[in-house]
Amino acid sequence: MTDDVDVDGLAKLARLQVSDAELKELKRDIPAILKFVETINVSSAGVAQKEKTNIRNVMREDGEPHESGIYTEQLLASVPRREGNRVAVTQVLKKSGH
Amino acid sequence: MDVATLSIAKVRQALDAKEYSALELTEAYLGVIGKKDNEIHAYLEVWGEAARTEARRADEQIARGDSKPLTGIPVAVKDNILVEGRVASAASKILEHYIASYDATVIKKLKEQGVVLIGRTNMDEFALGVSTEYSAFGPTKNPHDHSRVPGGTSGGSTAAVAAAMTLVALGSDTGGSIRQPSAFCGVVGLKPTYGAVSRYGLIAAASSLDQIGPMGKTVADVQTTFHAIQGHDKNDSTSLSDELVEKKEPKILGVPRNFLTKGIDADVLATFEKTLTLLQAKGYEIRDSIDLPSIHYALATYYIINPAEVSTNLARFDGIRYGLSVPAGSIEEVYAKTRGAGFGPEVRRRILVGTFVLSAGYTDAYYRKARAVRESIRADFVRVLNEVDAVVIPTTPTPAFKIGEKSQDPLAMYAADIFTNPVNLAGIPALSVPMGTVSRGGVELPVGFQIIGRARGEEVLFAIGEDVEKEQK
Repeated sequence: MTDDVDVDGLAKLARLQVSDAELKELKRDIPAILKFVETINVSSAGVAQKEKTNIRNVMREDGEPHESGIYTEQLLASVPRREGNRVAVTQVLKKSGH
Repeated sequence: MDVATLSIAKVRQALDAKEYSALELTEAYLGVIGKKDNEIHAYLEVWGEAARTEARRADEQIARGDSKPLTGIPVAVKDNILVEGRVASAASKILEHYIASYDATVIKKLKEQGVVLIGRTNMDEFALGVSTEYSAFGPTKNPHDHSRVPGGTSGGSTAAVAAAMTLVALGSDTGGSIRQPSAFCGVVGLKPTYGAVSRYGLIAAASSLDQIGPMGKTVADVQTTFHAIQGHDKNDSTSLSDELVEKKEPKILGVPRNFLTKGIDADVLATFEKTLTLLQAKGYEIRDSIDLPSIHYALATYYIINPAEVSTNLARFDGIRYGLSVPAGSIEEVYAKTRGAGFGPEVRRRILVGTFVLSAGYTDAYYRKARAVRESIRADFVRVLNEVDAVVIPTTPTPAFKIGEKSQDPLAMYAADIFTNPVNLAGIPALSVPMGTVSRGGVELPVGFQIIGRARGEEVLFAIGEDVEKEQK
């Protein structure tokens, strides 16, 4: 299962640019790690087993959590590119040719 | 003033009696940092002026007769815990200049007591590693032997405590990142019950495993700091409600013998046995017959769940809202170049493993199976901790290793956490207490005794820990 890991494909999925040199190392490291963790398949624990944890869904009341705009400047101070009160990004949706 | 002999109790008494001021105390610690940290590199940033301001405010609070347990106490903060207005970088280039926009809840609680925040400490990038060698800003040295690692990922915090460059420190523990460096540096470290301490304001690594916890020179110091930072927080939906905590006098300690059969240095095991004998003489019953069958899969389970959650949590670092942003022609390239340039090698490796185990076609075999095995591990501990009051094992299989020794082999590195990460999988608390030293190359290196308890059973851990501590005198 792990002999043929498409590390290149994983890098694209994870939006990670890796150098050729690193890709070579990862093609060695990642299958080795996956081969090690596959040992859990020896365990008889069933996938359908219900998880007993104390975690439960926590909701807050509907409505405004705080006055609008009070954190805007503080948060925008960290933004790499901004235009007024908005985060500037490189174009995401390309107009298709007509 | 010899800061190396101080404890919270001693300082509290001295400050309240005006034997010295919080400002003098802070200056003393800043002095030690000035002398030692060029070499040790425990701190990424020392908050000198801010610390002096906080110390003066603490002195005013003390003068009003309003001092709390931690008023005026110097605290070092791991670089992944947010302090508003200050850099928090998780020791990563991708957040090298990021200024926190809010206080972590633990910081808010400490500020309410009037602590002095001394500086932010070095760590493995995004809390991924076992030695602090994966910091993007250089390694930290173990104060006991500068050629060795302090452990990780809270290596800066434990080195700072061990070298008397702070009285207490905060760190985070996802698979052992408080306990293992505590053992390597000869200090006390606690990983609280999952949910006992709020994760609001902790830069997330693996959300079902992370906990913030305290490190200090003594069990009492760690206990006092834990009391200050724990508690229900509405901003952390996984935080536990403030119900009555278990207080029981511990009598029976369980040792998972069949988990200690290989990979552990002989003298580490011998030191552990000696500690058991001392505890037996104090009246504890030692039970060797306890069995945690699923624990043999814990390392593999951990290295499926952790990368899966890490890959998800680190998706937010994309060059858009904060942090490093590499300009590029297309949005995909902005993401890929930013993350390629900003993340270090172990972070990239972990993200890719996580991406694999969560990808279509593999999720059942890896991630869902790992969650099922995790439930078995949790159930094993619940069953065993009904029969014994605590499970005890060495914190680590070896003492601190040399800088550079494991950083080229990920699997060897992961195995360093073999005795600590089952605890995070089970969500229960564990305390590491120094149990003596072993000799390597003529240098005495500390090793730790790990005490694992029931959920919400921290007070039991402190009681046993103090008995171990008394034997070290």
